[in-house]
Amino acid sequence: MSSAEINKNEVDIVIGALNADLTQFLTSWRPFFSGFHLIVVKDPELKEELNIPEGFDVDVYSKTDMEKVVGASNSTMFSGYSCRYFGYLVSKKKYIVSIDDDCVPAKDPKGFLVDAVSQHVFNLENPATPLFFNTLYDPYCEGADFVRGYPFSLRSGVPCAASCGLWLNLADLDAPTQALKTEQRNTSYVDAVMTVPAKAMLPISGINIAFNRELVGPAMVPALRIAGEGKVRWETLEDVWCGMCLKHISDHLGYGVKTGMPYVWRNERGDAVESLRKKWEGMKLMEKSVPFFDSLKLPETALKVEDCVIELAKAVKEQLGSDDPAFTQAADAMVKWVQLWNSVNSSG
Amino acid sequence: MTQLYSSVKPTPMLKDELDIVIPTIRNLDFLEMWRPFFEQYHLIIVQDGDPSKAIKIPEGFDYELYNRDDINRILGPKASCISFKDSACRCFGYMVSKKKYIYTIDDDCFVAKDPSGKDINALEQHIKNLLSPSTPHFFNTLYDPYRDGADFVRGYPFSMREGAITAVSHGLWLNIPDYDAPTQLVKPLERNSRKFDLSLRQPILYVDAVMTIPKGTLFPMCGMNLAFDRELIGPAMYFGLMGDGQPIGRYDDMWAGWCVKVICDHMGWGVKTGLPYIWHSKASNPFVNLKKEYNGIFWQEEAIPFFQSVTLPEECTSVQQCYLELAKLVKEKLGKVDPYFNKLATGMVTWIEAWEELNSAEGTEAKAPNGKSE
Repeated sequence: MSSAEINKNEVDIVIGALNADLTQFLTSWRPFFSGFHLIVVKDPELKEELNIPEGFDVDVYSKTDMEKVVGASNSTMFSGYSCRYFGYLVSKKKYIVSIDDDCVPAKDPKGFLVDAVSQHVFNLENPATPLFFNTLYDPYCEGADFVRGYPFSLRSGVPCAASCGLWLNLADLDAPTQALKTEQRNTSYVDAVMTVPAKAMLPISGINIAFNRELVGPAMVPALRIAGEGKVRWETLEDVWCGMCLKHISDHLGYGVKTGMPYVWRNERGDAVESLRKKWEGMKLMEKSVPFFDSLKLPETALKVEDCVIELAKAVKEQLGSDDPAFTQAADAMVKWVQLWNSVNSSG
Repeated sequence: MTQLYSSVKPTPMLKDELDIVIPTIRNLDFLEMWRPFFEQYHLIIVQDGDPSKAIKIPEGFDYELYNRDDINRILGPKASCISFKDSACRCFGYMVSKKKYIYTIDDDCFVAKDPSGKDINALEQHIKNLLSPSTPHFFNTLYDPYRDGADFVRGYPFSMREGAITAVSHGLWLNIPDYDAPTQLVKPLERNSRKFDLSLRQPILYVDAVMTIPKGTLFPMCGMNLAFDRELIGPAMYFGLMGDGQPIGRYDDMWAGWCVKVICDHMGWGVKTGLPYIWHSKASNPFVNLKKEYNGIFWQEEAIPFFQSVTLPEECTSVQQCYLELAKLVKEKLGKVDPYFNKLATGMVTWIEAWEELNSAEGTEAKAPNGKSE
């Protein structure tokens, strides 16, 4: 599985720029990004000019571009870490790979740099197996297969909607955990990809993620903003909420979500203790979200992704709206997102 | 390999609370390799096949041995629920054990090495798995958060971080993977390895993770390298009717796994899978396997939707009650697939009756085994 086997024309690499200087980031990824089309979206609140090294096939979008496409009032939807979603919106490709700008390629246990892009696309192009757990993990990987007792009728799998990668060094822990374990770094390289079973919920991280845009693009909602959301991951939950929606909709439509490889190497940024000082709203919101998603049933009539998002937004407003204004705003944002998606992608 | 086993003996844990159950029909030479890890534990050997054959057990192990005559004597007519000429008979060992935990292993499984070349103490890892909580209600993307160096990721609800009690620890295998007969026939040379590391002289597909199988998800439970909390889930670990006189084989552990998972989900307990690895040395004959599995391949297509849709009533608050309810539903829903399922449902009920009998206060007296260590 090398990048030569991937049809690079089917992939957009979307980078949300929260830092102005992308030199180190893009230089380190050059071996794996070259040949691909890049979409760099600048956080509309970032004042400095972006610094992008030569030699990449890249389109850059800033606040002005956003406002042209979605209007000034809607560009606030794409501030901070959510800027990348604008890239999802304007992309014309089948697959999106998105990596935070503080991550560089990781090394595998043999010392070789991990081609995260190829691994993500491989995951997306091969079926997922959400309906029955395979104890040898991804059966489509070289050298693996379905084990004894795996029903034959389920062995063709289902389409893979998303590939959730992991992180060495600074793992995606929340602020309290990282603050408590300041020295903890993730050194464990787990050589596996697996499908997260249907009905199981998980916290999807936006730090290192890829998805099938044609299949589930409208479900990648930039919706939940916690009060005092900041410019470090410890102060956000937008990706976790997006992931809960995506997983629920994928389960409903019969798609799969994979997790595991590829790894990226995540660098230090921010201060967990500092983030902890801000009252961490995310915790409360997650506690309310979980029972909601656990008991939620989308109507059988919701057969398209857009319809699923609309139904989900309705349910969020009805059942969670009174708990916290953040949920009402999220529901509104989800509806708006679908409208934008339809308008941008029909005129495209 | 010039050195067969590690010369460093690990610290035993729970040695008075755990029994190792081994089914065998030939010999127990494999125990020699496991000596540093097993010799402090009590073994329960379940001898399948001809009871007049003497099974040689290496010196120095503390064991009790049961052959078919013992099983018949101890259970009387209820012995009908214990398979003959199939490793499914091992579940008799679970029934007669008095310990809190069971580790069961096949007699063609050996000590594996981790990627650094170190011998893997499978039993120790199973104990670690069982003694730490599971996370069946929400998937942690960094796998088992209770392992050293791991934790819950951002977004993992705090209210769920205490986890659930772990009922089962399902280990994996290096070298010969646990494939069904059709897969074995198609891929005769495949070893559980993506690459062959010449420096270690051992194929590797070592996935360094333990994880909880989410609630509501079924899995194929392999009995080759399995540990569980007998006091919790023991009564559900019936390995069914296989082997001699039965239309099916090699589905004993699968059947137990589906029942166990449904009951664990109902009771709020966790099932872990992943580490530890053992080295599985013997590839069984795929043609023989195909004959045994043949019916199972078709029947599992009916059985799995059954298990996926079964709901146990709230009134079932004990494992025995859950299991009896399952037996009833098996008869009701799967009986029409094949009369075998009626027999199996009856076996399930007999198993629970036998379990209750042996595990009540009076039952302890009746079961002196045939063979014991001095």
